[in-house]
Amino acid sequence: MFELLQYSFIQNALAAAVLASIACGIIGVYVVVKKIVFISGGIAHASFGGIGLGYYLGINPMFGVVPFSLLSALVMGTVSKKSKIPEDSAIGILWSLGMALGIIFVYLTPGYAPDLMTYLFGNILTVPRFDLYLMLALDAVIVGAVYLFYKEFLALCFDEEFTTVQGVPTQKLYLLLLCIIALTIVVLIKVVGIILVIALLTIPATLSRKFTHNLKQMMLISILFGGVISVTGIGLSYALDVPSGATIILVLSFVYGLVAVGMEMLDGRGVSGAKNSP
Amino acid sequence: MEKVVEIKDVWVRYGNQVILESVNLELAEPAGLLGIIGPNGGGKTTFLKVLLGLLKPYRGSVKLFGKPPEKSRDLVGYVPQYKRFDFDFPISVWEVVLTGRMSHTGFLKKYSEEDKKAAEEALKTVEMFQYKDRQIGQLSGGQRQRVFIARALATNPKLLLLDEPNSGLDPHMQDELYRLLDRLKKDMAVIMVTHDLSAVSVYVDRIACLNRKLHYHNSREIPVEDLEATYQCPVELIAHGVPHRVLERHNGNS
Repeated sequence: MFELLQYSFIQNALAAAVLASIACGIIGVYVVVKKIVFISGGIAHASFGGIGLGYYLGINPMFGVVPFSLLSALVMGTVSKKSKIPEDSAIGILWSLGMALGIIFVYLTPGYAPDLMTYLFGNILTVPRFDLYLMLALDAVIVGAVYLFYKEFLALCFDEEFTTVQGVPTQKLYLLLLCIIALTIVVLIKVVGIILVIALLTIPATLSRKFTHNLKQMMLISILFGGVISVTGIGLSYALDVPSGATIILVLSFVYGLVAVGMEMLDGRGVSGAKNSP
Repeated sequence: MEKVVEIKDVWVRYGNQVILESVNLELAEPAGLLGIIGPNGGGKTTFLKVLLGLLKPYRGSVKLFGKPPEKSRDLVGYVPQYKRFDFDFPISVWEVVLTGRMSHTGFLKKYSEEDKKAAEEALKTVEMFQYKDRQIGQLSGGQRQRVFIARALATNPKLLLLDEPNSGLDPHMQDELYRLLDRLKKDMAVIMVTHDLSAVSVYVDRIACLNRKLHYHNSREIPVEDLEATYQCPVELIAHGVPHRVLERHNGNS
């Protein structure tokens, strides 16, 4: 297995897995505790429009997806709060609008879109070096923003109304959080693809919640889970010759199931033990 | 001396529905504890949101300490209805109470020593300092309510607003809550809204009824016709749950 490590595509894949775990470990915790999984899924899917735009303009699709995902985050965050229709309906509309735009852009692009599938389903084994640098830069932005706004984000997620009463511009802060989620999605696209991004944003964070009641520790544990599981997934996908993104998600779901059932059984034993004691 | 609260002819509506109709209220120092009772859907939470500057009335003016609510945020402590919280949230008692300092700390700054001292003092006031490292979900309902009061106190408010603080508390815990409010009202004005008539205890200094309109006479007694107007039913039906002195004072000296 170790001789694999000398291949540069494997090294790139491992680096991508680590960079992705950092982003999704930190931001996934906010997505889970603020219960904004659906809007995050919406931003992820709508950003397909950016990939289509990249193809259409003949530039690296990653350059299309960064501004497009930020724009979707701002539009979704504003429309879902301000419009008269229910928030989830507004998200549903924008979600499909972005994807439809992407499909039209790809259709209008002359010729064949070569690695379209890697954006939809990810392929961590083909991450180019340039994308790694982009992921590294985005990770730096994400970590920096969370460091700066840690106290504000914690207050916002716990009690938005009270935080507003404290004079904090919560609406802007919420949009900022959504923009950081958008950047996280960009980091994750190459690893698992737009379709499966939401798994990386929810599963490691939900898992970490079972082990701690502290937000910072949740972030660390979820980075650890994300890292170990994606590397395992890469190994399995290489060994079995199956798609890497889907394999990572399967391993994540399997581990989550294992931990959930294991804890349930431990809890059950604890309760019956307590009942038996005098 | 500036009035604590000065509300003049305030109207609020959602769509076509009028929620608050020509509400007037003046509170001067020392304001003590004002209890506002009224049925569910009578506009109590809306009224508090107007006081907090979260909702703009379409007519009328609201002033706290002579300034609009958005400008007096460091003088107001707020205890929201606590049933809307996610108690599984990964946050400790200490972190919750510190968020009550944000109006003082400022954006992007770390909590200062002064903030920490204020949070510690607030927790000691409600006798919850020994629980500061607990996760918020690991407390009982009454303890949690006291933590939310501590969060409001950390602001060092001159006006404390409480939304249904007694809901979900058993009679013993309610009594403790009122005794705490009784202590706090010496240092600040306290306004408490509730739909529970029995909550209007001996500790309330003034009482008002709110059901779209606010009936307020700057006293601790409610004329029966106000109660009837508020609840829109014969008052005999609801008077059973009301401590006597809310309706009438029995001794003849006053």
